[in-house]
Amino acid sequence: MEYFILFLPLFASIISGFFGNKIGQRKSEIITSSFVTISAVLSMIIFYNVLVNQYENNLLIATWINSGSLNVNWSIKIDSLSSIMFVVVTLVSSIVHIYSIGYMSHDPHKSRFMSYLSLFTFSMLTLVSSDNFLQLFFGWEGVGLCSYFLIGFWFKRDKANAAAIKAFLVNRVGDFGLALGIFLIFYLFGSVNYIDVFNQIYLIENKNLQFLGLSFNIINLICFFLFIGAMGKSAQIFLHTWLPDAMEGPTPVSALIHAATMVTAGVFLVVRCSPIFEYSPIILGMITVVGMTTALFAASIAIVQNDIKKIIAYSTCSQLGYMFFAAGVGAYNIAMFHLFTHAFFKALLFLGAGSVIHSFNDEQNITEMGGVYKKIPYTYILMIIGTLALTGFPFLSGFYSKDAIIEFAYLKGSFLGYIAATIGILTAILTSIYSWRLIFKTFHGNYNNKKISFEKMHESPAIMLVPLFVLAIGSIFSGYIFKDIFFDTTGFNNLWSSSITFLEPLSLEHPPKWFILTTPILVILSIPIAYYLFVINKDIPKVLIDANRPIFLFLKNKWYFDELYDFLFVNPCKKIGYFFWKSIDNSTIDKFGPDGISILIKKISNKAVKFQSGFIYQYAFIMLLGFSVLLTILIIN
Amino acid sequence: MEFPIISSLILLPFVGSLFIFFVKSNKSNNSIKYVSLFITLANFILSIYLWIIFDKSSSNFQFVENREWLMGLINYKVGIDGISILFVILTTLVTPLCVLSVNSTIKYKLKEFLIAILLMETLMIGVFCSMDLVVFYLFFEGGLIPMFLIIGIWGGERRVYSAFKFFLYTLLGSVLMLVAILTIYWIAGTTDIEKLYEMGISSEYQKILWLAFFSSFAVKTPMWPVHTWLPDAHVEAPTAGSVLLAAILLKMAGYGFIRFSVGLFPVASEYFVPLVYTLSIIAIIYTSLVALMQEDMKKLIAYSSVAHMGFVTLGIFTMTEQGIEGSIFQMISHGLVSAALFLSVGVIYERNHSRIIKDYGGLVSVMPNYAVVLMIFTLGAVGLPGTTGFVGEFLILMGTFKKSFLAAFLASIGVILSAAYMLWLYRRVIFGKLEKSNLITMGDLNKSEMLILWILAIPILVFGFYPEPLFNTITQSVTNFLDMYNSNIEIYLANKE
Repeated sequence: MEYFILFLPLFASIISGFFGNKIGQRKSEIITSSFVTISAVLSMIIFYNVLVNQYENNLLIATWINSGSLNVNWSIKIDSLSSIMFVVVTLVSSIVHIYSIGYMSHDPHKSRFMSYLSLFTFSMLTLVSSDNFLQLFFGWEGVGLCSYFLIGFWFKRDKANAAAIKAFLVNRVGDFGLALGIFLIFYLFGSVNYIDVFNQIYLIENKNLQFLGLSFNIINLICFFLFIGAMGKSAQIFLHTWLPDAMEGPTPVSALIHAATMVTAGVFLVVRCSPIFEYSPIILGMITVVGMTTALFAASIAIVQNDIKKIIAYSTCSQLGYMFFAAGVGAYNIAMFHLFTHAFFKALLFLGAGSVIHSFNDEQNITEMGGVYKKIPYTYILMIIGTLALTGFPFLSGFYSKDAIIEFAYLKGSFLGYIAATIGILTAILTSIYSWRLIFKTFHGNYNNKKISFEKMHESPAIMLVPLFVLAIGSIFSGYIFKDIFFDTTGFNNLWSSSITFLEPLSLEHPPKWFILTTPILVILSIPIAYYLFVINKDIPKVLIDANRPIFLFLKNKWYFDELYDFLFVNPCKKIGYFFWKSIDNSTIDKFGPDGISILIKKISNKAVKFQSGFIYQYAFIMLLGFSVLLTILIIN
Repeated sequence: MEFPIISSLILLPFVGSLFIFFVKSNKSNNSIKYVSLFITLANFILSIYLWIIFDKSSSNFQFVENREWLMGLINYKVGIDGISILFVILTTLVTPLCVLSVNSTIKYKLKEFLIAILLMETLMIGVFCSMDLVVFYLFFEGGLIPMFLIIGIWGGERRVYSAFKFFLYTLLGSVLMLVAILTIYWIAGTTDIEKLYEMGISSEYQKILWLAFFSSFAVKTPMWPVHTWLPDAHVEAPTAGSVLLAAILLKMAGYGFIRFSVGLFPVASEYFVPLVYTLSIIAIIYTSLVALMQEDMKKLIAYSSVAHMGFVTLGIFTMTEQGIEGSIFQMISHGLVSAALFLSVGVIYERNHSRIIKDYGGLVSVMPNYAVVLMIFTLGAVGLPGTTGFVGEFLILMGTFKKSFLAAFLASIGVILSAAYMLWLYRRVIFGKLEKSNLITMGDLNKSEMLILWILAIPILVFGFYPEPLFNTITQSVTNFLDMYNSNIEIYLANKE
């Protein structure tokens, strides 16, 4: 059964990719969608088994690399962590597959698109099902590759191509960190299998490594490198710049890859490696700081953006920050819980946005929309559900997971924990404001689109709406249903015993009442505020913007990260490359090397030619000269 | 006496070239092409057969032939072990593809060209099979001549300049190597590698001899800063020439490093490790940056070859199992990938007569099949998991990490850069809008091009996912080789005290 989960998407991808033209686009759509759906159903069965029967397994498929002490296998590891990821990945993927049939209906390359989607699903599954770091790396790069393909899917757009390469390269920087982490692990343990590494981790707790004259604690170093990898994939601050640009890809892609699954791989990595991270409080602290900074920073940018997809992209960035700071304060299970609920509501928001974009004939700017809630009522309601879940409206899924994160940060009791909790609350308010701004600007107010008339607006077809309903159900109920399963870390039959390590058990206390109530109340209050600001009295935002022009520009330009990186890395690399080529290769090595030698030889031979003048008296003179020199030497000796 | 299978492998193409030499050349007569194709294919099948009957559990040289030659002073001794056999197969695989690609690229003197290619094959197989320094030297330097001719006669506009640059560089190193070989004969009284392995060369001579060999291998690898002949040679060489150059000729040096530099002079190798590390890392980062800025596709790929070979030299001198196995694997992988990339450039060059990146764009609209295979090769060059490029690079870096954190760290930066220049190249050529009018009429791959490129693409993917058959072949020999190396070093250190 596990084999089917993993390989059905691969087969679907191969069939649709290589034989798509032969079997026709409709058939490739059906094959890919149905294969992935079967895979999703099987995943749920496995998940049920894991929940109820504590089912665990580690299947070996084949040897991969076998060199000296390095033995790596292709494998499928089933435990609570991977089975949850299986469900998230295959479920969202199958929904996105079906939705794409409608969304991409006008595209001439449908089978290629479906093939990429299935291939992505396969890569993501190999990532989460791995029992060793190398297969994880395979999946890690594999999803990056598929993301590259899908962002650049509309290959005629220059912007899409640039975004695709940017995504791949920034991810490579993260992968570079991850690879170094893996090298270090192999160097220390002589193995890259999780089980060998996790069992021996306590042995090296106090070891140090010398690098550039400095001494580093080894566990900190491993964790640092692994986290760099996680930052790249999960678009955390400094390595986040690719995610907003990645919105150049088709919207279903954004929902699947850049919201629900791939970007959460970083969180998955940290949780999977909890046995290592637990020994490194310093890096856990760093994760908390990075997580909360990203959460706040991305939310602050989202408030001033006008592109509907970019707003949701920054929102994803911000929510990933939440997951990281949950992991950073040691609440790995809560990080997974937020990952789980987030997959539903963020995919819902993205696909909903896709439906809006579809209705507006590919318009993405929310200032060009407005007032259409009656025209596209289903989309409107679904988007509202997604927004409520995202902002943590009481009793929807986001409420349970996000508030739990803030509470656990508070319960951590440390200074960092309190700061994290405060920033968590602040971000929750910002989240609420930008989300409602999106809703109000898109659906309420006046109709602002000049390209298509209001009457022509139409609701999306059923094949796009039905998948959204499934996600909406998940967004509403997944928090309530699964909260006990995810929270339980102490019971005898608890879900996490085999996959997450807690050196110190999580606190079981509850924070004070006022604290628990703060976030939901603020979140609810911000709805009318947002309505007032963005629908009733639109002058206030304008006044605010005019009063704080520099801050607005700073946010609008995304904290100038792109410009900074161009200045620091991209342009210098190009300049140095050009300098090496022209000044060193051509003007130095060649000039003094081969070209220099050949010129030198020419010169010398030109000189040598002059000796052969053909005049006997010259030759005789030189002979005489030589003879007398020899004679002189002889006499002196 | 057993059937001399190695000698047959070496001599078969030579006999073929003689045969073609005596055939009357005639423009409408395609038979010489078929003859060369037939011969090279037969050689390929023979080498596969050799691989099948090769005893993978033994680290000894196998199928050894030893004949007296030159009045008993020097023997013609050939044989293979786990380290060399894969290179032989790589050679016999790539040569028929070169013959196939000749179809459209060579417009004049076809007969002579085929003779040159067949001679090259003989010499290249000879290099990988020789078990005697003098025999090795003859094959190694003999390979220069047909390559010189291929570039000089069938090359592009600046072919004479490039050919001489190539010759000047490589000859300089070879002279020193010849002197070193003579010295070895003078010291040890033999040039038989097996005997030399057993006897060992006294450590006082090792450093100077190592440097002499190094000067030859470094030029051919090529290592920084003696790499500048490579881009020029590639740009001017015809497609088949570039393919042989990148896929096989560069590997002769890498192979030489393992077999001779490390094998014969362990003490010196250990001493010069920092030098090799430094040059390799400079090669990886420096040439990657240069590759980023290239405007000519062939130059870009040539520079990327230097970077990839930098990984190889780095891996070899880690003296770890992962490093050396990774290097051998990387050489095989690079042989396939670079051959494929040069062939791919050849495909569009033939249609549009330009190698300048700017002249292309949006090819995916007219050449979808081409876009697919080129993507596979690009990913192989980038070293993405699932391709052979990944296995080699990753193992090398793992091996390096064991020895030097800093070296592994710096070399890993090259992994980021390789993605940058390859994907940027791909984007500028394949993606984007199809705007240039002369590109619209370009046809997709024809059948023979499909065949050639897929023959290379399949092993890149298969051995990327399942490299076990290759590792199986090399492991025993590498383990044994390293044991020998380590015991030599131990003895040396013990004597020193």
